[in-house]
Amino acid sequence: MKGNVIKYEQDNIDTDVILPGTYLKIHDYAELATHAMEGLDPDFHSKVKEGDFIVAGRNFGCGSSREHAPIALTHSGIKAVLALSFARIFYRNAVDGAFLLPIEIDENAYKDISNGDELEINVATNEINNHTTNKKYQMKPFSEIIGKIIAAGGLFKFKP
Amino acid sequence: MNITEKILARASKNESVEPDEVIFVNVDKAMLHDVSGPGVIKVFEKLQKQGISVDKLWDPSKVWVAEDHFVPSAEKVSAENIVKLSNFTKNYGIEKHFKYGMGQYGICHTLSHEEALVLPGEVYVAGDSHTNTTGALGAFACGLGHTDMAYVLLNGKIWFKVPETLYFKLNGKLPDHVMAKDFILRIIGDIGTDGAAYKAMQFGGTGVYEMSIDERLTLTNMTTEAGAKNGIIEPDQKITDHLAERGATNYTALKGDSNAQFAKIFEYEASEMEPTVAKPFSPQNVSVVRETSSIELDKAYIGSCTGAKFEDLKAVAKILKGRKVKIRTEILPAAISIYKKALENGFIKIFLDAGAMVGPPTCGACCGAHMGVLAKDEICISTTNRNFPGRMGHVESQTYLASPLVAAASAVTGKITDPRDLN
Repeated sequence: MKGNVIKYEQDNIDTDVILPGTYLKIHDYAELATHAMEGLDPDFHSKVKEGDFIVAGRNFGCGSSREHAPIALTHSGIKAVLALSFARIFYRNAVDGAFLLPIEIDENAYKDISNGDELEINVATNEINNHTTNKKYQMKPFSEIIGKIIAAGGLFKFKP
Repeated sequence: MNITEKILARASKNESVEPDEVIFVNVDKAMLHDVSGPGVIKVFEKLQKQGISVDKLWDPSKVWVAEDHFVPSAEKVSAENIVKLSNFTKNYGIEKHFKYGMGQYGICHTLSHEEALVLPGEVYVAGDSHTNTTGALGAFACGLGHTDMAYVLLNGKIWFKVPETLYFKLNGKLPDHVMAKDFILRIIGDIGTDGAAYKAMQFGGTGVYEMSIDERLTLTNMTTEAGAKNGIIEPDQKITDHLAERGATNYTALKGDSNAQFAKIFEYEASEMEPTVAKPFSPQNVSVVRETSSIELDKAYIGSCTGAKFEDLKAVAKILKGRKVKIRTEILPAAISIYKKALENGFIKIFLDAGAMVGPPTCGACCGAHMGVLAKDEICISTTNRNFPGRMGHVESQTYLASPLVAAASAVTGKITDPRDLN
């Protein structure tokens, strides 16, 4: 999985900025994508490219249970969010719905990765290669259940 | 085991469970509303395309549906969502559908206890993050997204990682003019918006059991704002009586063992609690009211599952009686049964005499949907639960979270006001 980074150097990026409440009535995935990150970065929709990664700080996706949040990011082209930590409902929505990958990284990787860097992520080896800087980082391995649900392609395809 | 572990052990048919263990639990009750319902319908459509059967639900009698976010229909899209929801409940045989303008209706997290839809000891999941609220009845109550709710509706079970529990003990009775909202804001200020991430928050101590059920619901409601999986209070006689008044007596309440384990215990002295607000733009950005009293306001909003229950309206009425509001003040009772009770107790007349607007039950402006959203630079004091950028409207509007007493006192003066300082 290879892509470029859109970095937001802040903690607690909440679901109200990822997908503002006024759009909760919308259930068309492509239309939701046009409003992704609108509360934080109104230019997001025009700059995001298929395969991009978001890099952010602690507690990404805190707030609401709206699955609209991972849906809007995924249908914008985002393949993974790399963050210091995730809020629980955003995390399980991303995994169970087979949307983007929520990847936990450490402080070192978070500080080191810059906006626009090209990363290659290998979830089988938990390795992140920064092709722009030629540095390597380790992602936090998925827990057993999360790894299995991701490998199955979402909760409905997972056999307990 | 503590109460959360006991409920999860029972529901997973295990003799015991431990924190971090991954289990599948059988769900006792499930709820959808006019945002998560259409979201689940969309998931069902996707599943059908993949050849997965969505012909019938695991048990329609255990599912209930509320209409609360975009009602009364804000515009055409939300009107169509309500029609979709009605077709869904009809097709799948869900009888407990609280339709807007048809008998009892209002915010889902208020209906859950007003109508005794969830009982002590049960596992209750719903498509809304503030599902945690209902844990005040002694249930394991947890919010989920659309895919997970679709899975629950079709299979009657869902996976959980057993959470560690943080225990918050309140010693003594809260002083006059201090409410549960002040206590929970103080806690969130202390532990942060991820301070209980993936964990359970349990409340106890004399101060909690002195509280009315409505006040306890404010505590569990706001556990979501600390990132918690669930909030919970062991049920006492007040809960038993409340449910019995509604005809619910057939359940097995669970309590923790005397040697129950907690990841951490936090003790607070009720006498030290003060009226508190959370400043923009985070529920953890707390300050005592007297340190923010110079802030001039444009509006007071008294609404939502957090701050428009009967006891909340009673607190507002206590302040507004014989006084006039100085800023726009919007009061939206959380359910029509509460509206009616407020009317019977004379509160609605007090609100109208004070010059406030009284609106129908709806999540409305709490989530920036409609019915009182904020303009750029508008500053609002609100009894709701979140104040992230744009939560209640324009991304440059500002929301101060407060108790109903603080919101009402502030409505009277036009500035953030400690109810103790009101003439």
